[in-house]
Amino acid sequence: MPQTQPPEDRYRAEADLVSGQVRPVKRIYSFLFVFPTMLALWVVLSGRFDAFHLTLGVISCALVAFFSGDLFFPRPPHPQQTFILWLRFPIYVPWLMYQIVLANLHLLYLTFHPRMPELIDPHVIHFRSSLKSELALLAFANSITLTPGTITVRCSPDGDFAVHAIDRASAQALPGEMERRVAHTFGED
Amino acid sequence: MDKIFLYAGLALCALMLASLYRGVFGPTVLDRLIGVNAIGSKTTVLLVLVGFLFHREDMFVDIALAYALLNFVAVLAASRYFQKRGGLG
Amino acid sequence: MDWVVTVMLALGLVFFTGAAVGILRFPDFYSRLHPAGKMDTLGSFLMLAALALQELSHFTLDNVLVAVKIMLIVVFYFIASPTATHAIVDAGLRAGQGAWHKPPGERP
Repeated sequence: MPQTQPPEDRYRAEADLVSGQVRPVKRIYSFLFVFPTMLALWVVLSGRFDAFHLTLGVISCALVAFFSGDLFFPRPPHPQQTFILWLRFPIYVPWLMYQIVLANLHLLYLTFHPRMPELIDPHVIHFRSSLKSELALLAFANSITLTPGTITVRCSPDGDFAVHAIDRASAQALPGEMERRVAHTFGED
Repeated sequence: MDKIFLYAGLALCALMLASLYRGVFGPTVLDRLIGVNAIGSKTTVLLVLVGFLFHREDMFVDIALAYALLNFVAVLAASRYFQKRGGLG
Repeated sequence: MDWVVTVMLALGLVFFTGAAVGILRFPDFYSRLHPAGKMDTLGSFLMLAALALQELSHFTLDNVLVAVKIMLIVVFYFIASPTATHAIVDAGLRAGQGAWHKPPGERP
């Protein structure tokens, strides 16, 4: 694993996680992020809207989010960033879907091409991303895996990426526009 | 419409057989894991289709959701386990 | 409405077929992950979205809930499938799995 001088606050986040001492403010942030998600899941999965079931849902979601919310996000996003995220993510998803369809058509062409072994050229490329927060890195890594002939092989918290590309053309598109869009979506530009 | 669902389900089963080849004869353990993962993702869709065939979508959707979760956890656990075995046969 | 559902089911089956054929045809396991990780995701999305649309053709609260649940499977898949792909490729790298390379003479 290529270890290149991780930034200091990464160590701090890990130390917080191990010792269990998460600063109270951060705990509230991650609670505010986890609780609504869990409650929405509860309502959809239970499918009952009477007061009894909703109260049960609020109680159990609040308990679970309070107990373990800080495990999901050791470094939770700032509320302002979360707000930007909810606002901009719906703009990012259609673009991503368009890219996914393009990528799949390319891959479909490769798959059914009779001389496929001559067309593909699998290789691994390395680059460094400027994204900072974990959520942004996760979204970027998953977007890379879903789009043009590329799979994220390795992604370190300080932004080192190793990407497996199936041919030269799909490797050239990285990091490029997708990183700019992810950075914009997560309010990091 | 039921006929279309039936044929789509049958086609999915045929595709699962194709992936099963990788699952059984794949040269390495990880190839077999890819085959199993591909079968699992098709099974999720197939479960929802079966729900439409039986007109019990509400029940089968829950089963499909649980199956998708289990499939994901199984693949994660298996890949974490097999990376410790050097040769991968 | 029926036509839209049928066309989307058929498109999903096309992508699933691509995934199955790709898993069989590509030379090494790193490149096999490309069809397995991507085309399965899009195929699932198309087929499950078609089924959700079919469910919405009788518009009641229960049916809407089932449609939302089906889309929940899709959302889960879009998060889980890249993660599973990454786990497999990571396991391969750590186990020292060799990769298939193009014969040197054919490189442009």
